[in-house]
Amino acid sequence: MTQIFKPGVKLSSKVCKTQIMVLRIPAIELEIFCGGLPMEVGDPDVLGEIQGENNGTLVGKRYTDETETMEFLCTRGGEGSISVSGHKIDIKAAKKLPSSD
Amino acid sequence: MNIYLILQMAAEAMGDREAVKLNNDSITYSELNYMSKSVASLVKNNEKIGFLSENNLLMPAALFGAAIAGVEFVPLNYRLSEEQLNMQLKRISPAILFTDQDIKCKGIKTIGITTLALDNKAELDNYSDDEAVAVELFTSGTTGEPKSAVLKHKNLMAYILGTVEFMSAGAEESVLLSVPPYHIAGIAAVLSSSYSGRKIVQLPNFSAEAWMRLVIKEKITNAFLVPTMLKRIVEKFDDNLSLPSLKNVAYGGGKMPRSVIERAMKLLPHVNFTNAYGLTETSATICMLGPEDHRSAFNSSDALIKRRLSSAGRPIPSIELIIKNDEGNICLPEELGNVWVRGEQVSGEYKGIGSKLDSEGWFPTKDRGFLDSDGYLFIDGRADDVIVRGGENISPGEIEDVVRTHPNVEDVAAVAVKDIEWGEAVGLVIVASSPIEDDEIIKLVRTKLRSSRVPSIIKYMDELPYNETGKLLRRVIRDNFAD
Repeated sequence: MTQIFKPGVKLSSKVCKTQIMVLRIPAIELEIFCGGLPMEVGDPDVLGEIQGENNGTLVGKRYTDETETMEFLCTRGGEGSISVSGHKIDIKAAKKLPSSD
Repeated sequence: MNIYLILQMAAEAMGDREAVKLNNDSITYSELNYMSKSVASLVKNNEKIGFLSENNLLMPAALFGAAIAGVEFVPLNYRLSEEQLNMQLKRISPAILFTDQDIKCKGIKTIGITTLALDNKAELDNYSDDEAVAVELFTSGTTGEPKSAVLKHKNLMAYILGTVEFMSAGAEESVLLSVPPYHIAGIAAVLSSSYSGRKIVQLPNFSAEAWMRLVIKEKITNAFLVPTMLKRIVEKFDDNLSLPSLKNVAYGGGKMPRSVIERAMKLLPHVNFTNAYGLTETSATICMLGPEDHRSAFNSSDALIKRRLSSAGRPIPSIELIIKNDEGNICLPEELGNVWVRGEQVSGEYKGIGSKLDSEGWFPTKDRGFLDSDGYLFIDGRADDVIVRGGENISPGEIEDVVRTHPNVEDVAAVAVKDIEWGEAVGLVIVASSPIEDDEIIKLVRTKLRSSRVPSIIKYMDELPYNETGKLLRRVIRDNFAD
């Protein structure tokens, strides 16, 4: 089921431990998946079967679409991959800044 | 978004790593997480969490604990007079205050630093996830009564997510923290170190000797210093010393004298220096002069490149910065004006005063400065410190830079003094290493600048009044002239 997501919301995978936080997202109806199943607020009691090919998620990495209209922060890694209806989601390259404190 | 996310991720991904160390005691991220939950469980009726102590292992737990409980963390300056402290305590009541001081104030419940029960089993995983205030910081009040700046969770998170990569530090990395908990750099260090996974080693009472000893003993890789601290280190530096473990030194919180940074770069050629410019109200760093900038400026024979050693660097990617003149127009390169910034980490809000952002989200830093043609920012000083002589704006920094070139001048400050003819005129306070004739100074200013910059009064002092984090207290100097 599609819905409008708000920045700051945390979504959990239904197939693995993956948890993401929405950093930026257009205010349109979307569906966010992990490992082929839609992600939801709150961890599931039982994990479902992972579907399709998955590369997994890495904690601390940012994930974004090709045009960078949306961005997710992986707050807990897992085996499933993130996808969004109609968009290709990939790891965003880190901009390295010197540490300032 | 809530800053507790930082600790939650750290505890989950690297729970066994050392998080904070003081003397021979240290705690891991898991233990810090547990301590923070213990702190949070003390909050029963939305009391704020105050912290009146030097840095210790409890400080990061108090910061994150307040975040879990959804209340404000308010670190207080332990060097304030009793009267000043009481005034601030009244402003933060009701609060739970971590301190070893004997405090009696209505609505303030004190808990000793050493007596916190760590066997508390509180599990508070459903922390508030909103736009609440995370930290309340009293500004240093160098120009007047301290204001209370509020930093929201979203401001601090924007700063961390915009500048730090999660777990980017190696397990062997550590940062030596010698700025107090009530300084924005002390708060920012806890957040960015926890997110990057870099161990914090605390040094509550800074001295150059203790700092150097600790760098060697703990094989410190990173450090943050205010200019006064770096000045003391280079003065005490023994030529046989090399500090091989030290890789990165960031500095900020005040104007760095060019001679100090040049000397530091000569003494520690293997160290990467970063100048971090920021304000309390901007959740720390908004501009950086990075290690490459330092080296190319240091080695350049081009005066315009060389002077970048005195620059605050360029805005970080998540910050927009403009210079506007007093009429509100954008300044050209090299044109001095007021520094305005915009970005998610910028709060610009004070308790009881409200937001200082304009309708388009721009914050007037009240710092004056200019950009060079490549966008490097040069900070001239505070707008409040400008001397207005007969309608002409004179910046103290310009005069100070010239006077400092006199070989007998160790330190100098220019302030506004009352003048019957011009409204205000230039008053100069000099710390001299050996006697100077007033005429030498007057001649120097007249030749290098112009007659309106010439001081009408010159005083000599043994030292200038600085606060403990190295900010020059111009207000005290102005009061001294008024007497």
